[in-house]
Amino acid sequence: MLAVDVEKRLGSFALAARFKAAHGVTGLFGPSGAGKTTIVNMIAGLLAPDRGSIALDDTMLFDAAAGINLPPHRRHIGYVFQEGRLFPHLSVRQNLDYGRRMSGLSRNPNELARIAQLLDIGHLLGRRPRALSGGERQRIAIGRALLMRPRLLLLDEPLASLDVARKLEILPYLVRLRDEAHIPMVYVSHNAAELRQIATNVVRLEAGRVTAADGIELLD
Amino acid sequence: MFNLTPDEWTAVFLSLRIAIVATACALPFGVAIGWLLARKNFWGKIVVDGLIYLPLVLPPVVTGYLLLISFGRKGLIGAFLADHFGIVFSFRWTGAALSCGVMGFPLMVRPIRLALEAIDRRLEDAAGTLGANPFLVFLTVTLPLALPGIIAGAVMCFARALGEFGATITFVSNIPGETQTISAAIYTLLQIPGGETPAGMLVLIAIAIALGALIASEWFARRAGMRFQGE
Repeated sequence: MLAVDVEKRLGSFALAARFKAAHGVTGLFGPSGAGKTTIVNMIAGLLAPDRGSIALDDTMLFDAAAGINLPPHRRHIGYVFQEGRLFPHLSVRQNLDYGRRMSGLSRNPNELARIAQLLDIGHLLGRRPRALSGGERQRIAIGRALLMRPRLLLLDEPLASLDVARKLEILPYLVRLRDEAHIPMVYVSHNAAELRQIATNVVRLEAGRVTAADGIELLD
Repeated sequence: MFNLTPDEWTAVFLSLRIAIVATACALPFGVAIGWLLARKNFWGKIVVDGLIYLPLVLPPVVTGYLLLISFGRKGLIGAFLADHFGIVFSFRWTGAALSCGVMGFPLMVRPIRLALEAIDRRLEDAAGTLGANPFLVFLTVTLPLALPGIIAGAVMCFARALGEFGATITFVSNIPGETQTISAAIYTLLQIPGGETPAGMLVLIAIAIALGALIASEWFARRAGMRFQGE
C-alpha cells in the first residue's frame, strides 16, 4: 500500500495531493501540467515535497515532520521514464543488469531470461541503446526497472513518445506484466483509452489537486 | 638518423616522464575541479575559476617565480612538504612536473568541465532509482559519459607539459639529466656553435611526440564516443 500526502510549490504551480494506492495498477490520470510527473518524482525520491509524507507499506519514504527523506537509491522503487533514459555507454544487457549490480543482488540468469521472454527482448541483449527503435527502448527500460526487483513500479507516460503502432505493440506487454509480475504499479497517463486497458483503479488529478479516486469507471 | 648524445636522449625521456607524471597527477584534480565548476554553485566560484585560468594568461616566468617562492626550499609550502613528507621540488625533475602540471591545468579543466556540463543529468537520476548511490552514479554514469572530454583534457595538459619552458626554467633551472627537458635542451643547443644539428633532431622528436599524442587522443576519443553511437 502506497500512501501519498504531499504539498509542493514550484514557481506559480501549487500541488497538494493525497491518495492511497493498493495493489494492482493505479492510474494517475489528468491533463498535462496537472502535476502527475511531479508526484511520481516525489515518490521516487527525485524531488522533495515541501510538506507531508509518503509511505510504502511499513516504510516511511518521506516525512517532512520527522525529517525523513530516503534517497532514491534506498527506496527500491523502479521507475520507467517517458524517454526511457537508457545508458548510452552500456549495452542492452548491461543496462538490464545495472539495477541488480548497483543493488548488490546476486546474478540470476533465470530471472533475466524470464523478463527477456516476458518483454520479448532476448534478441536485443548485445545491442547498444542507440541502435534500438523507440518501442524496443521502452521495453528495455521496463525490463531494467523490473530486474532490480522493485517494491513498486512507477511508469511515467511510458508510451507517450511512441506512435500509435508502437503503443499497441507495448500495451500487451504491460498487461502481461500486471497479470504476471505482481508488483504494484503507478501508471501516469493523460490517455483514458490507454489507462482503461492497464489500470485497476484511477486517481484523477487536475491543476495539482486530486479530484477523484476510484475504479476505472472514472475514465468513462 | 637520430645520432643524439646520451644527454640529449636523457632530455627526451625526461620530458616524457615529466609530462606523463604532470598529467597523471593533475588528472584527479582536473576532474574534481571540473566537476565542482560544472555542478556546484559556491561562494567565491568566480575567484576559483579565475585562479585556475591564471597560468594561461600570466607570463610563464611569473608563474615560475610564484612557484619558486611558494614551493621552493624556503617557500611556505615547499618547506612544509620537505620537512613533513620529504618531497622536494626545487631543482628536481619533480619540480619540473609540478610547473608543467600547473601550466597545463587550465587546458585540462576546460574540456572536462564542458563534458560534465553536457551530460544529461536525468541519466544520473535514473541510475539513482536503480539503486546506485551518488558515488556509484559518478563512477558508472558520470565518468564514462565524460570520458571523451577527460581524454581531451589530459592530452591538452600533456602537450602543454611537453612544451613548457618559461615557468619550468624559472622554477627549477636547466640542469641536464634532472630538469633539462627537450625545450630547454633545444634552447641550450642553440646557444652554442654547431648545436643546430642536434637541436634539429630534438625538434623532429618533439614534433613526433606531439603528433603521436594527438593521434592517440583522437583514437581514444573516437572509441569512447563510438560506444554511444551503437553498432
